[in-house]
Amino acid sequence: MLMAVGVADLFFLYAPIAVLIVFSFNASKLSARWQGFSLQWYAKLFSDEAILSSTVNSLVVATISTILATVLGVLTAWMLERRAFRGQGAFESLLLMPIVIPEIMMGVAMLLFFVMIGLPLSLFTIIIAHTIFNFPVVALIVRARLRKLDPVLEEAAHDLGATPWLAFRHITLPLLMPGVIGAVLMAFTLSLDDFIISFFLAGAGSTTLPVKVYGMLKTAVTPEVNALSAVLVVVSMVLVAVATWIQRK
Amino acid sequence: MKTSGSGRFPWLILPPAASLFLFFVLPLILVFAVSFASRGTYGGIQWTPTLANYVSIFDSLYLQIFWRSLWMAALTTVVCFVFGFPLAYLIARAPRTWQAVLLLLIIIPFWTNFLVRTYAWMFILRTEGLLNTVLMSAGIIDQPFNLLFTDTAVIIGLVYGYLPFMVLPLFAALERLDPSVIEAAWDLYAGPVKVFTRVILPLAKPGVIAGSLLVFIPSVGAYVTPDLLGGAKSMMIGNLIQQQYLVVRDWPFGSALSFVLMVAVLLAVRYYLKSGGSKSFG
Repeated sequence: MLMAVGVADLFFLYAPIAVLIVFSFNASKLSARWQGFSLQWYAKLFSDEAILSSTVNSLVVATISTILATVLGVLTAWMLERRAFRGQGAFESLLLMPIVIPEIMMGVAMLLFFVMIGLPLSLFTIIIAHTIFNFPVVALIVRARLRKLDPVLEEAAHDLGATPWLAFRHITLPLLMPGVIGAVLMAFTLSLDDFIISFFLAGAGSTTLPVKVYGMLKTAVTPEVNALSAVLVVVSMVLVAVATWIQRK
Repeated sequence: MKTSGSGRFPWLILPPAASLFLFFVLPLILVFAVSFASRGTYGGIQWTPTLANYVSIFDSLYLQIFWRSLWMAALTTVVCFVFGFPLAYLIARAPRTWQAVLLLLIIIPFWTNFLVRTYAWMFILRTEGLLNTVLMSAGIIDQPFNLLFTDTAVIIGLVYGYLPFMVLPLFAALERLDPSVIEAAWDLYAGPVKVFTRVILPLAKPGVIAGSLLVFIPSVGAYVTPDLLGGAKSMMIGNLIQQQYLVVRDWPFGSALSFVLMVAVLLAVRYYLKSGGSKSFG
């Protein structure tokens, strides 16, 4: 009984994705009936200018926001774990808020804010939003790793005359690296996958890939979307594999 | 451990704290302020303080959408629990090597783009979709039936999207459960129902609460799933907020709606932290 439900769950999780990938190779345009193997949808996908430019946009946003979120997140984790300061409890609660509040609330708030301060919507505004929802995630992951590190190592560096920054740079950071890389991959994925916040903040010419995919799903769904889905599934599996492999080390 | 240099002000906390304040706290305060303004004639914001937006929420139409969202999210949470629990239990009892593989299998869909996963169900459920094609070829039905654009489709989509969020914390709680406690219950002639309700469930409570919150919160504010899989009557609070903001351009009302949604979610989280479940997040 338990076994049956467990197997059914895994089937439920994977069958739809498998079906999408299989039908991305289908020759037919409309039906879900198998009409022979074809790579035409992939050919169409890789020559679709709009998809390519929104992919570039997504990669730019994910790369820059991940770098910013990593710097802010590591700083946050380091300060929270190694210093005690007034208002720390309040700050920690506040830090959890971008993670727990509904995404749509964040989209609404950011849109309102940028419009009111007169900053035109662009990739820049999306980058700011992604940095803000990602750095608390980075901070959580890195802090968990930091907690397991023996502070004696850092203290030894201090005793040997290293400044706090030197001790951090040469002792703590290298030991933290697996956690940091895991956090980087997580932030990068969250940014690449984000739809709602980017949807609210996407101005003309700053369409990210998920916003573009949403547009395709709302209007004309062709097997080209299946091909794109298959590519995205493979990319996310590679990312998970890399993340798992790094965490094992 | 707070060691080196504690007591000195941590200057390096300033960049993250300032960013969080400027780009998160300030926007939230703005939403709160705008929720007391009114809509200008051409969609702008008119700063005459009013409670009208909050009163409008009690309009039967909007109230109904709120209740629908709570109901759909609650149903999703229950379905995720019913189907997620056996899986979490199996993984918790599996040998170590299997455990790693099974957990990876649960995590992969979570890393896969949400729109892609929702599209998979559009592809399966629509009138000319896979399910109808298969059933008709097999001669089981002769007329295609429409599952897409129904509440059932929305529930399927939400469960599909958030099942991993239920399984992972349940697994974390169940893994810590000592099997000898369950054996003791059996030895004392407890039936399977009693073993589950009196022994397993209370011990797994932190995981149950964490999993339920992780499923309930994104479900109640869902936008993509009801928008793509639901019909005209499947509107949830997320769709209403999006509509008020981007279509009707009644920002003050949209702000009031999102503020109420946020407060509801934060109260739920507070309840969770109070009930001592925070240990199961890690």
